[in-house]
Amino acid sequence: MSSYSQPARRRHLGDKRLIQMFIIPTVVLLILMNVFPLIYSLYLSFTEYSAINPTPPQWVGLDNYKKVLSDNLYWHNFAVTGRYALISVSLQMIVGFGLAMLLKEKFKGSGLLTTLILVPMMLSPAVVGAFWKNIFNPSFGIFDQFLGYSDPNTAPEWLGDPDLALWAVVIVDVWMWSPFVMLLSLAGLSAIPDYLYEAAAIDRASAWFQFRRITLPQVMPLLLIAVLFRTIEAFKQFDLVMGLTGGGPSLLQGTQAVNVTETVSVKLFRLAMPPQAQTGLSSAMAYVVLVIIIAISNLYIRALNKVREG
Amino acid sequence: MATIELMNVEKKFGSSYAVKPMNMTIHSGEFVVLLGPSGCGKTTTLRMISGLEAVTDGQILFDGKDVTWLHPSDRDIAFVFQFFALYSHMTARENIAFPLQAQGEPRDSIRKRVEEVAKMLRIEHLMNARPGGLSGGDQQRVALARALVRRPAAFLMDEPLGALDAEFRESMRAEIKRLHIEQNATTVYVTHDQIEAMAMGDRVVVMSAAVVQQNGTPAEVYHDPANLFVAKFIGSPGMNLIQGHYADGKVALPGDNHYTVPADWYTAIHETIGRDGDIILGFRPEAAHISASGPIATTVYTTDLHGSYTMLHLELNRDTIVDVRAGRGTNYPIGTPARFDLDPAMVRFFDPKTEAAIHKGGNP
Repeated sequence: MSSYSQPARRRHLGDKRLIQMFIIPTVVLLILMNVFPLIYSLYLSFTEYSAINPTPPQWVGLDNYKKVLSDNLYWHNFAVTGRYALISVSLQMIVGFGLAMLLKEKFKGSGLLTTLILVPMMLSPAVVGAFWKNIFNPSFGIFDQFLGYSDPNTAPEWLGDPDLALWAVVIVDVWMWSPFVMLLSLAGLSAIPDYLYEAAAIDRASAWFQFRRITLPQVMPLLLIAVLFRTIEAFKQFDLVMGLTGGGPSLLQGTQAVNVTETVSVKLFRLAMPPQAQTGLSSAMAYVVLVIIIAISNLYIRALNKVREG
Repeated sequence: MATIELMNVEKKFGSSYAVKPMNMTIHSGEFVVLLGPSGCGKTTTLRMISGLEAVTDGQILFDGKDVTWLHPSDRDIAFVFQFFALYSHMTARENIAFPLQAQGEPRDSIRKRVEEVAKMLRIEHLMNARPGGLSGGDQQRVALARALVRRPAAFLMDEPLGALDAEFRESMRAEIKRLHIEQNATTVYVTHDQIEAMAMGDRVVVMSAAVVQQNGTPAEVYHDPANLFVAKFIGSPGMNLIQGHYADGKVALPGDNHYTVPADWYTAIHETIGRDGDIILGFRPEAAHISASGPIATTVYTTDLHGSYTMLHLELNRDTIVDVRAGRGTNYPIGTPARFDLDPAMVRFFDPKTEAAIHKGGNP
């Protein structure tokens, strides 16, 4: 009999109530964890305030934004991030798509090989940073040995040389995230129907012509998605830098000492956390980064739509 | 335009044959239809001619030149696929221009030729649309235009109308036939639709179970089927085939009926099954006519009105029902008796042991 009374009781709960019961907790959580901090930090970005100081926020208008956008010190961080994103994402696209082209045709062991290539992506960035730090070590690291340097005194010091440090971070990022690009590219390549290549063979298209006119345009939407994801990630680059170089080494630029691998996120972290704890200024900087990322994403999405519609 | 020759061409997957060794010559300018049920090897044969599928043995010659191991792009052929195989990211215009661009032709001549072909297929107004936005019929027109644009030596078509609605099929059938006549291009056309095959082909090659059953004109395969398979497969409905016993110039049929064999068949029948033996009598529905004095007595089982004629299903006995075509004027109530006679010129006989047709003029 209880099996009959059960649905009867449920009938008191209307669809609307049920929907609300599912949605309200999420909305509350979103407001507390996302919306409130977002709006509050926007407010703080217009104030002079330190989270570890009992003084309440003092309204300073656009001063923080002026400082972030005009001070060469901060421009340096943006320049590092931009250069890093450009080089790293380009290399990941080339390596990842190249690997996908090689693994496109199934062969014995290709499944295992694909899985093995995906391993770096599954590791924690903190772990990756820690062990690549050892790999780059000029006296016992295998990287320099692999490149053919046997004498630790003449071997390049990847993480300590201001000319090489950013490249070192790029190398690790490419190692870690090219598999992601490969995965997306493989999905795109395998979705191209065989009959298009059959038609192209009948139409007497050379291999290069087929690649340029069929393969590339057909995978382009997925390639653009890969570029979008990786660019956003590159702009947020924090963990690998902290694990490998901590932002250093420093280099004298004019009269100022700058940290050559200090990305915007690393700088933000330093500004926001004690001992500096410049909450107002760091909020302003975070908003500048947010606007840049939104702008870039929009450009990509526009490009993506263009590719899809022609 | 090319002559295509297949010499002992075969295709094996593992130990089973997709196409058993076959010989066939397709003359220059001819429209040949490969017809058969699905899985009979007709598409495999076409793909071997195109080079998309490799042969496991035998030779393929184009104009006497061995092309067996040439890449599809080196055979100078065009292929029309069942599901169009248009490049989805390109407009109709780009699709049609593709074969010319692939050969690096100058831009001006490409534009001129593309417009010419578009006009021929009456798709000028669709040129900037993408395949996804076109109807099935229009997509196939674009695919045909892409095939035509290069002026290939031969057209290979794999069920090009198979994916279209019945309404489109009829008009596209006429369009393809017209194109063939205008271009006079050697065409090999695969279909499972025997009406399409009869309507379009100069010659029909009927295949079944990886083997060519008959290779002849539409009239030959219809009126003189080489064996029971072709007799049943061609025509809708197929040929009536009645098991009987031959003796003394007469065939004993189910339901105590006797059919007197026309005298000009005696020699051929005696040569194949002897003077006394089992035989299969075959006739098309239109070879029979209802007549009160007809030798074969039946009962009306059902009738279907087909508009211009009525198809009668007549019962000789419980296991034997034949289809007979009758005028639409008369009414044939179910269960009433009906007698019919056969046009002696349209009667065929088959040997039940070999399933092959008995030929009046001796076996070829």
